[in-house]
Amino acid sequence: MALSGLEIFKLLPKTNCGDCGVPTCMAFAMKLAQKKAELSECPHASDEAKEVLGAAGEPPIRSVRLGGRQSIEIGAETVMFRHEKTFYHQPGIGIELKTSESEQHLLSKIKETEAYSVVRLGEDLKADLFLITHDAADPEAFVRAIGLVRANSGKSLILACPDDEALRRGLDLLKGEHPAVLLGEPLAAKHIEIAKSYSATLILTAASLEAMAAQASRAKDAGVGDVILNIDSADLGRQIQHNVIVRRSAIKSNYKPFGFPLFIKVAGRNGFDTLAAATALLCKYASILVLPDFDKAMFYTLFTLRQNIYTDPQKPIQVDPKIYAIGEPAPESPVFVTTNFSLTYFIVSGEIENSGISAHLVVCDCEGQSVMTAWAAGKFVGETVAKFFKSAKVEDEIRTRKVVIPGYASVIQGDLEEKMPGWEVIVGPQEASDIPTFVKNVKLT
Amino acid sequence: MDFDIPREESPGKVTEVRIGATSEEGGTRSHTVAIGGSSSLPFHFFEGEHPNRPVVAMEVFDRIPAKYPDSLREIFGDLLERPADMAKRCVERYGAELISIRLEGTHPEKGDRTAEEAAELVRAVIAAVGVPVIITGHSHFEKTNEVLKKVCEATAGENCLINYVETDNYKTIAAACIAYKHTLVAQTPIDVNLAKQLNILLTDMEFPRERIVMDPLTSTLGYGLEYTYSIMERIRIEGLAGDRMLGFPMLVNPGYESARVKEARAPEAENPHWGDINLRGAYWETTTAMALLVAGADLLVMNHPEAVRVVRSNIAEMSGARGRL
Repeated sequence: MALSGLEIFKLLPKTNCGDCGVPTCMAFAMKLAQKKAELSECPHASDEAKEVLGAAGEPPIRSVRLGGRQSIEIGAETVMFRHEKTFYHQPGIGIELKTSESEQHLLSKIKETEAYSVVRLGEDLKADLFLITHDAADPEAFVRAIGLVRANSGKSLILACPDDEALRRGLDLLKGEHPAVLLGEPLAAKHIEIAKSYSATLILTAASLEAMAAQASRAKDAGVGDVILNIDSADLGRQIQHNVIVRRSAIKSNYKPFGFPLFIKVAGRNGFDTLAAATALLCKYASILVLPDFDKAMFYTLFTLRQNIYTDPQKPIQVDPKIYAIGEPAPESPVFVTTNFSLTYFIVSGEIENSGISAHLVVCDCEGQSVMTAWAAGKFVGETVAKFFKSAKVEDEIRTRKVVIPGYASVIQGDLEEKMPGWEVIVGPQEASDIPTFVKNVKLT
Repeated sequence: MDFDIPREESPGKVTEVRIGATSEEGGTRSHTVAIGGSSSLPFHFFEGEHPNRPVVAMEVFDRIPAKYPDSLREIFGDLLERPADMAKRCVERYGAELISIRLEGTHPEKGDRTAEEAAELVRAVIAAVGVPVIITGHSHFEKTNEVLKKVCEATAGENCLINYVETDNYKTIAAACIAYKHTLVAQTPIDVNLAKQLNILLTDMEFPRERIVMDPLTSTLGYGLEYTYSIMERIRIEGLAGDRMLGFPMLVNPGYESARVKEARAPEAENPHWGDINLRGAYWETTTAMALLVAGADLLVMNHPEAVRVVRSNIAEMSGARGRL
């Protein structure tokens, strides 16, 4: 919980000695509240101030790192709804490998998952982890499976193994990489010992909120810091409510035992069931999502959802400013111009496509703002659009000398014609959905 | 540390809206469908009531949409040309709880079918199924007004859900809904204030609150889903906080919007990492629907039978008695 400047001031010596470099304690408190100063800059700070401010600086949900050559960070979330600020750390998504599966099958799952990557909006979307579940009789199968993953992939590993001896042998192979252990039984002394000696994160499992709170408190008392919660709920209805309650308890009531990321393993009867549950739980606070199998369409769908939900609502996503080809345009095809706000681009390009014509869509650099905002901010006016046309070498690529501007930016028409001699500027519709009609009724070339 | 479930009481409540009318009520539907009535965030049974589950409608067309995906054509085949038969199939085989009749073919640029033709088609679909019906128009103000007015008249007393009016074009259709006893969708482009403003305009002309459904405008997965998602969460939070002009049930279009994007059409050969085209289109629709469901959707209009099945079974699982804590 962040403290206000006034609350911090009460904890300071109030001597205005200036030793911190700021003339008054009040001014120093204000800098602390804005995170522009550190308490250590005050040589006279009391132990109480250090403790209270230290705790206040901790995020309500702990940040946990999952190891591996490609380690990921999860947790450290601060809000219930993305519109309140943003969701910070994308959940780790991966698949389960069961040691009862044939080694050949495991190998192909590992290799396919490892090789999967798809670029969307300039981001490389990939899987992050594997859960290795030991359900075979032979302990060697577990050790072999870990070796198989590490020979082929640097992604994070979570181990689930009811055989303590096999688990230790597995953890020996992962020394120094901070793996996670998924417990299948209530937390016991031996688990705490394992967490400490192997520097492992413990994923606690419980079937109710009360049992989970008790285990998490016990882990904390024993000094195990890195914890993840797996509330094994009977159905999706309960799971979502459990997740909401855990998140709310941590963020709004600062209830420490629930201040940890959530682990979810989804296993539907078929791909659709798995996807539906995974979708709902990704939206509602899962920090780790384990799927039963590798499937390209499922990965693509869920990775896209993750990118959408974890986009910072305060920073508009931008598409690259450049000339986009819609369909298969020729140098004589119509030219449209708009801003590089992603939603604007998606809607405008989609509607030009729906109109059935091929065209050039010139997307100007407007720092990701929509048409009206960019126009109001002077980023989508005659001068900037003309400048972009020049830098993108539109006249070299395209022979057309007519350009369609968005209806909401109609006022720039005269200005743009003045700045781009030889061009005719046509005012298009205000709403992109009217583009197909517009295209039929106006001569664009 | 003792643990108590942190419950948040909501002063507001989502208005309950009933669609359809039985013979006792002046219509011909075999039953009616109620949506809304929630007093907490979606599926938060631990702190509120949800007397009505979200429902799934399926859509039939007077003209097959441009670029309608092959994966859906294969499923529906020539039924696409016979909307009344397709509606029957959607209800009987695929579990559609309502039928939306999309009258895009009346758009002057997309077939220019007449209002009379539209009314006749709507009557045929209504005769073929017992479930309540949604009548979906388009963005050409003049024509959609003419068509929806005519359809309202032709289905007087049925309490159809007339879909939709916009801020710049609501009076004609809203008046027809009042006159012929229908329910109305108020659509605004992904904005809380615009949504509120349109609801104020409607209630100012004495449109009954219990006959308003909001459409926050659906952006599909990968194409702005997060905007729709967050606007819906904000609308529902404000509605539950007591803002009566935002406390209405919400309609979304995961089917129509997902069928329009590249992911529903591009073959796997072109984009090897996108996966099986037959799965992908339906997955896109499923995920769009499930995300909007947890954001507050009360009525989802969908296309793909498998997506419909899984969304309905998940709604049941999230709303069933077992789901209550």
